[in-house]
Amino acid sequence: MIPYIFKRLLSLLISLCLASIVIFTVVEVAPGDPAAFMLGINAQDDTILALRKELGLDQGKFARYLAWVGGMLSGDFGLSYTYRSPIADMVGERLWVSLPLALYALGLSILIALPTGLYAAAQRGKRGDAMVMGATQLGIAIPNFWFAMILVVVFAIKLRWFSAGGFAGWDDGLFSGLKSLTLPAIALALPQAAILSRVMRSALIETLGEDYIRTARAKGLSKRATLWHHALRNALIPVLTIIGLQFSFLMAGAIIIEQVFFLPGLGRLVFQAITQRDLIVVESVVMLLVFAVIMVNFLVDLAYAAVDPRLRSEA
Amino acid sequence: MKLRGSFLIGLLLSAAIASTALLSFIWVPYDVTVLSIGEKLQGASQAHWLGTDHFGRDLLSMIMVGARTSLAVALVAVGIGIGLGVPLGLAASARQGGWLDELIMRSNDLIFAFPSLVIAILITALFGASAVNAIIAIGIFNIPVFARVTRGGALSLWQREFILAARVCGKSTGRIAIEHILPNLNNLLIVQGTIQFSLGILAEAGLSYVGLGAQPPTPSWGRMLADAQTMVSFAPHLALVPGSAIILSVIGLNLMGDGLRDVLDPKLREAAR
Amino acid sequence: MPIKTGRLLRISAAALALTSGAAAAAQSDLTVALQLEPPHLDPTSAAAGAIDSVLYSNVFEGLTRFASDGSIIPGLAKSWEISEDGTSYTFHLNAGVTFHDGTSMDAEDVKFSLDRARGEDSANAQKALFADITDVSVVDPLTVKVSLEAANGSFLFNMAWGDAVIVAPETIENIKTNPVGTGAFQFSNWVQGDRIELTRNADYWGTPAALESATFKFISDPTAAFAAMMAEDVDAFVNFPAPENLPQFEADPRFQVIVGSTEGETILSTNNKMPPLDNVKVRKAIAHAIDRQAIIDGAMFGVGTPIGTHFAPHHPDYLDLTANSAYDPDLAKQLLAEAGFENGFETTLKLPPPSYARRGGEIIAAQLRAVGIQTEISNLEWAQWLEQVFRGKDYGLTIVSHTEPMDIGIYARPDYYFQYDNPAFQTLMTDLRSQSDPATRSAMLQKAQTIISEDYVNGFLFELAVPTVANAKIRGLWENAPTQATDLTGVSWSN
Repeated sequence: MIPYIFKRLLSLLISLCLASIVIFTVVEVAPGDPAAFMLGINAQDDTILALRKELGLDQGKFARYLAWVGGMLSGDFGLSYTYRSPIADMVGERLWVSLPLALYALGLSILIALPTGLYAAAQRGKRGDAMVMGATQLGIAIPNFWFAMILVVVFAIKLRWFSAGGFAGWDDGLFSGLKSLTLPAIALALPQAAILSRVMRSALIETLGEDYIRTARAKGLSKRATLWHHALRNALIPVLTIIGLQFSFLMAGAIIIEQVFFLPGLGRLVFQAITQRDLIVVESVVMLLVFAVIMVNFLVDLAYAAVDPRLRSEA
Repeated sequence: MKLRGSFLIGLLLSAAIASTALLSFIWVPYDVTVLSIGEKLQGASQAHWLGTDHFGRDLLSMIMVGARTSLAVALVAVGIGIGLGVPLGLAASARQGGWLDELIMRSNDLIFAFPSLVIAILITALFGASAVNAIIAIGIFNIPVFARVTRGGALSLWQREFILAARVCGKSTGRIAIEHILPNLNNLLIVQGTIQFSLGILAEAGLSYVGLGAQPPTPSWGRMLADAQTMVSFAPHLALVPGSAIILSVIGLNLMGDGLRDVLDPKLREAAR
Repeated sequence: MPIKTGRLLRISAAALALTSGAAAAAQSDLTVALQLEPPHLDPTSAAAGAIDSVLYSNVFEGLTRFASDGSIIPGLAKSWEISEDGTSYTFHLNAGVTFHDGTSMDAEDVKFSLDRARGEDSANAQKALFADITDVSVVDPLTVKVSLEAANGSFLFNMAWGDAVIVAPETIENIKTNPVGTGAFQFSNWVQGDRIELTRNADYWGTPAALESATFKFISDPTAAFAAMMAEDVDAFVNFPAPENLPQFEADPRFQVIVGSTEGETILSTNNKMPPLDNVKVRKAIAHAIDRQAIIDGAMFGVGTPIGTHFAPHHPDYLDLTANSAYDPDLAKQLLAEAGFENGFETTLKLPPPSYARRGGEIIAAQLRAVGIQTEISNLEWAQWLEQVFRGKDYGLTIVSHTEPMDIGIYARPDYYFQYDNPAFQTLMTDLRSQSDPATRSAMLQKAQTIISEDYVNGFLFELAVPTVANAKIRGLWENAPTQATDLTGVSWSN
């Protein structure tokens, strides 16, 4: 067990290291001077140079890389070029939007997908299954930003049930915050629910084809009981894997939806940082997202090893 | 019975989109580079089957030429994925557990860990928005997909009798890979290819939507959607037309992919996962 | 029973009276949406226009200021004297003015602000405004004397700019995140990425603002802007980004639409040093290939005024030279042939983010294509545009709106991004600076406009309009934008 954990840990650290190098290189190679951008059209060259010095842009690449990594390890992500305020604080604030949004969308997705996937598997080959499959095909094909447009026109502009965008904040209570995240969450959840529903369905169908299920049925267990007590539990394993993947995707993938609904989340932060050449924010946020994914993978690997003894000997 | 029906639908839709794109090379109802402001925002009519946009351009022509962009970007991106991913996957599977395998799989995991949409936006925003950069950005994330799928499919093949026989005869690993393993993976790659193709169309639409795909005056479905947004309340056809084009293409390709999977080899359902 | 009902009736009547009473009192807070969020809150250092849009006149004030009609009126200085030779200005400041932190505003603060702006380490984006100043001296707490190197007819005008507002040394350190000024509103909170909140300054030295609080929200996406306005998430949107939606707002009784003028000349900037654009015949051909009205209709949905030179049409000295560049594609082709390009040529068209540029660019590209000029369109973000076009001068054509007031002087700078180098024009501008007689100034300005029009330096398209969409009950919003600002000091709700 220990050598397995150790090996995984080593792999994690190497991945993080490589990721940081890749991110830094890609961002550094990019053309565009943040100082010039900040000062705008009429600024003179000496003002720009002064600002570059202030931002630390005049140091060599290697020095800046080390400073960045060192800072991250101690929790200091540096100051944003555009806002001149600590990135750690900015990211923390944005997380309060992106994290709940991702969880909300994931929750909706699971709420829709599991029952429909179950239904489709149970109704396999019949009308119900075909309907679900048709609906999921549509759900996967609809671009979520197009769906968002429709949601806004119908629910915000015509019906005025929701605001067209913006985040009400958590200060006024859980309900008002969630309300402003509802339309975005639905837009995000649609394609995810469609995918998850299909995964649920195929995982269940496969499990139902297994021998031990046949044994259970032969022993006299009802169809429903078999489904609930045996098939579902085993079918959930691939489903949980996909849910994990979807969560990581939702954290970063909401970038377009956050633009459309002008939500002050992580996605829009990174998008604005990219257009404003706020390199340091881009580097730090991307690094954070990658770290989250690698971390989740690591924990999932550990969980698998804890559960399945076969994997431990893979070390 | 039902499956074959949906496969047929998928095939027809995909063929329709592809032929529209090809047809656009020889003929379009109106030149999409000529603007006619006076005719803007008209609805469907005899002269313009799908109406005109805010610059007076014929929507049908825009869709036809836009099909070229979507299909080309998605196709080349898949090409990159296959071209680089398949050799990597084969190399990795040749010696399972070896250092090359570990290296390739770890690199794969690394690429998968990156938020693809953010990176695609980053690449196109930093290095210039264009169809070419969109292709590269999407293609990069296709490579690990094909590498993993190829490796998965090839692993079981390496243990087969005829491969061992070939080895005994003295054939090099490389030649075995190309002459024996690869042909047996064709079905797998075709199926995965159609999936990645439809994902590519969605990805291209997303990038064009934020302005980072093909640039004007080349029409692109995603950009048409973006342009249409502010006018949705008085000219909904501007958004419905390109939106439907995207949806129909993706559904068509997905249905075709599913159908192919069932037709070519039912066992592939597991290998493709 | 009857007693209970009676009690109930009385209570509900009282409650009704309370609520209707509350409704009768006019609303006192305002949510205004703007397109761009300021990167920080110091208008005097590395300033972006967005900073002035929020803080100018609301939080910060200068010696002089812009009135809504564009004229220069007294600000913190209630009066001034100018010496005979025009090199010395003595400002008399208003008494009893305090900064938002309670400290008093006096001549020392004025000296501090001006010296800081013109100093060597100054990061002021409009340093040129202060370049003439040789000395700033404190005569007494309410009197400041500013000495100039030479007479400058625009000095009072310069001091009204957002980059010349008065700041305090006590609060200068955190000015970027906690701006402390003298205005009718004080800064209260900034939720980055979302909004900035201001509250009324109860100790304001002048007429207090009618609003108790104001919130600026930042929405750059045109669709989100439309949606936010329609859903009444915001009360007003200044410089609404989607002119195509204006008819819908006009038709809706809930809203009012105000379309005013700005100082923004939208031009097709041409790189005068890049062949073949260095040939005046080619530039003239481009001018005649362009149909201004089609651009205004197609890109701005009819909102905007055509211009024939780099000057605001609402200005009394404006000369209508649009005939010099009337739409005539046949003439354009002829001129190209005369210049040796009967098969046309290729060049780049680099476009920054605003929709006037993106849409206008597509239209112009099509119009140029019709006469044989092929343009390669690049849609750039501001950062890239600044890098490639503005600093690098690596472009053929671009479209941008120059929003600074009275900026025809940029044509006298040979190293400015369109690289126009005409010594006659440069001399004219130098003469203009020291000229204070209004009639002579008018004549000189008109001559300047004629020179750049006949030299076809750039394609002069239209004057940007500023559409404001607001709740029909709001009063006092500025119609025009003589400077970048959203002056809320005179805004109130009618009922």
